[in-house]
Amino acid sequence: MAEKMALAKAINESLRKALESDPKVLVMGEDVGKLGGVFRVTDGLQKDFGEERVIDTPLAESGIVGTAIGLALRGYRPVVEIQFDGFVFPAYDQIVTQLAKMHARSLGKVKLPVVVRIPYGGGIGAVEHHSESPESLFAHVAGLKIVSPSNASDAYWMMQQAIQSDDPVIFFEPKRRYWDKAEVNTEAIPGPLHKAQVVRPGTDLTLAAYGPMVKLCQEVADAAAEEGRSLEVLDLRSVSPLDFDSIQASVEKTRRLVVVHEAPVFFGSGAEIAARITERCFYHLEAPVLRVGGYHAPYPPARLEEEYLPGLDRVLDAVDRALAY
Amino acid sequence: MTVESTAARKPRRSAGTRKSPSTKPELVQLLTPEGKRVKNAQYDKYVADITPEDLRGLYRDMVLTRRFDAEATSLQRQGELGLWASLLGQEAAQIGSGRALRDDDYVFPTYREHGVAWCRGVDPTNLLGMFRGVNNGGWDPNSNNFQLYTIVIGSQTLHATGYAMGVAKDGADSAVIAYFGDGASSQGDVAESFTFSAVYNAPVVFFCQNNQWAISEPTEKQTRVPLYQRAQGFGFPGVRVDGNDVLACLAVTKWALERARGGEGPTLVEAYTYRMGAHTTSDDPTRYRGDDERAAWEAKDPILRLRQFLESANHADEGFFAELEAESEALGRRVREAVRAMPDPDHFAIFENVYADGHALVDEERAQFAAYQASFADAEGGK
Repeated sequence: MAEKMALAKAINESLRKALESDPKVLVMGEDVGKLGGVFRVTDGLQKDFGEERVIDTPLAESGIVGTAIGLALRGYRPVVEIQFDGFVFPAYDQIVTQLAKMHARSLGKVKLPVVVRIPYGGGIGAVEHHSESPESLFAHVAGLKIVSPSNASDAYWMMQQAIQSDDPVIFFEPKRRYWDKAEVNTEAIPGPLHKAQVVRPGTDLTLAAYGPMVKLCQEVADAAAEEGRSLEVLDLRSVSPLDFDSIQASVEKTRRLVVVHEAPVFFGSGAEIAARITERCFYHLEAPVLRVGGYHAPYPPARLEEEYLPGLDRVLDAVDRALAY
Repeated sequence: MTVESTAARKPRRSAGTRKSPSTKPELVQLLTPEGKRVKNAQYDKYVADITPEDLRGLYRDMVLTRRFDAEATSLQRQGELGLWASLLGQEAAQIGSGRALRDDDYVFPTYREHGVAWCRGVDPTNLLGMFRGVNNGGWDPNSNNFQLYTIVIGSQTLHATGYAMGVAKDGADSAVIAYFGDGASSQGDVAESFTFSAVYNAPVVFFCQNNQWAISEPTEKQTRVPLYQRAQGFGFPGVRVDGNDVLACLAVTKWALERARGGEGPTLVEAYTYRMGAHTTSDDPTRYRGDDERAAWEAKDPILRLRQFLESANHADEGFFAELEAESEALGRRVREAVRAMPDPDHFAIFENVYADGHALVDEERAQFAAYQASFADAEGGK
């Protein structure tokens, strides 16, 4: 049935559905129990499924992911929450060295169905370490899958699919969109987890984004339309694997590509997209692939984040530059 | 600043001159270095039903493990292995604890637990694949409840804790044992595993082989207190056992496993032992320790100790030792032949098992690699 709900609520409903349908699913993290998580994403789950399945953990991220690996080896499907993006690094070793590689090291004999949920990105006026976008640091690691929904419906279904995946999935939740509402049909059959979607068709240029930047790109397309420009907006949804086929199909039509993400441009996912699309679409491109993202500087204090993050005007500026070729 | 805190900041003795607290350990011992059985009120009952046949079995395990280990060292010297991490000197700690386990228990080893692997029934040649460079592990952990070797030290203690949390959730009475060393005891993951296991009362035994050296760093570079005492701060018992006494290791591990099965939570066992050889075949211990230390530990050799006990108690005759000698040589030969016959992996193994459910980029790169390789075949074919 279809219902309008906020993105955070959609993840909550998705976790509830997973806990109901598979007794091996566990939810773990700091404050995920009674409090329901600092963003209330796990609200009410411990009350309904008990402390054995919705587990408040000690404040130790490496411990959270490390024990989740052990639980997965025992046959469980843990969904762990890292409270904020900037707090994931104590767990980085367990994720990169252990979680990502164990399936390969065992020559396929063990599987690690662990979902690591990370609320990420800026735009909420938070203090240091609460606004980062570290997705590229994980996308560089073979063995991990990286996804980020942009809307409530995708959040619901992509979480279902991430939990069902036999591979570890880093699930980046766009925290500034947690309260954005959209229609969620909990009975619709979703498309593949790692497939990009054209959320707005256009002919003059492709804007590719994921997570929190998709909404911005739709606003950019609206603004450009007023100037007579037809922009296509592609919601990538997955950072690893990246759906290059869909990007290529769009670029072969529009011949111009601008990639937008909050993460720093340098070595960001946009760099990989630019390189691969240049290889794939060299003779179709009318302009170099441009990127809009964060600067090569620590995430700034909140009063500067509007300047740091891609905004409507900065993306429009890149669109103008691409169209000027 | 108060007067007291000023006083507290006066220079203290440096770590270098401070006498190590670990030099005179209080430890559980059932067999003296001379092979004499000593009574122990708390732990005797865990080996009370041990038969002469069991004792010969422990001896056999240690001898064969040492023989396998020596063969692997030789194979590295001959260029058949890229590296080997020898367990020489630690046989009693590993066989004693390994033989305390039940089949349904689960082991999380480091990279040196060849003796524990032996107890679990893992074919020793399986351990050599990663040291030869044909795989990064490769055995099925669930066949023998023996997880893959873990090279980054300490990480596996958290996996063991999580696994034990799962055992408890399942209502099973299995136990989990995590092996690590004195060096790993400094890792945050080990501290976190102590915290998690204590908080969730997980049925896990932390078995620390304190072999005195983390490559070149002695234990006093890792700790100011005996390692077993760390458990107290986390709220569970810790005990130090003579790691060169197979009987004591068996008894203490049985006790710790019994606690785990009985819902009493984690235990830390510090097996006080000595790494007789180098850290690995790439290491040169002459740069950081003297022969006198090694000689002192040679007098406490775990195999010699049990042999003296077996002989003095008339539990084994010459025939047993001769037969074992022959079995050792056969094992060495089998391992040598198996390693030399180990084929290099297929080139496409690079792309295998990266993901369980597949990944578009891996598929794409596999296809590119195949085309690249095929290009040579074409060139050769065209000549």
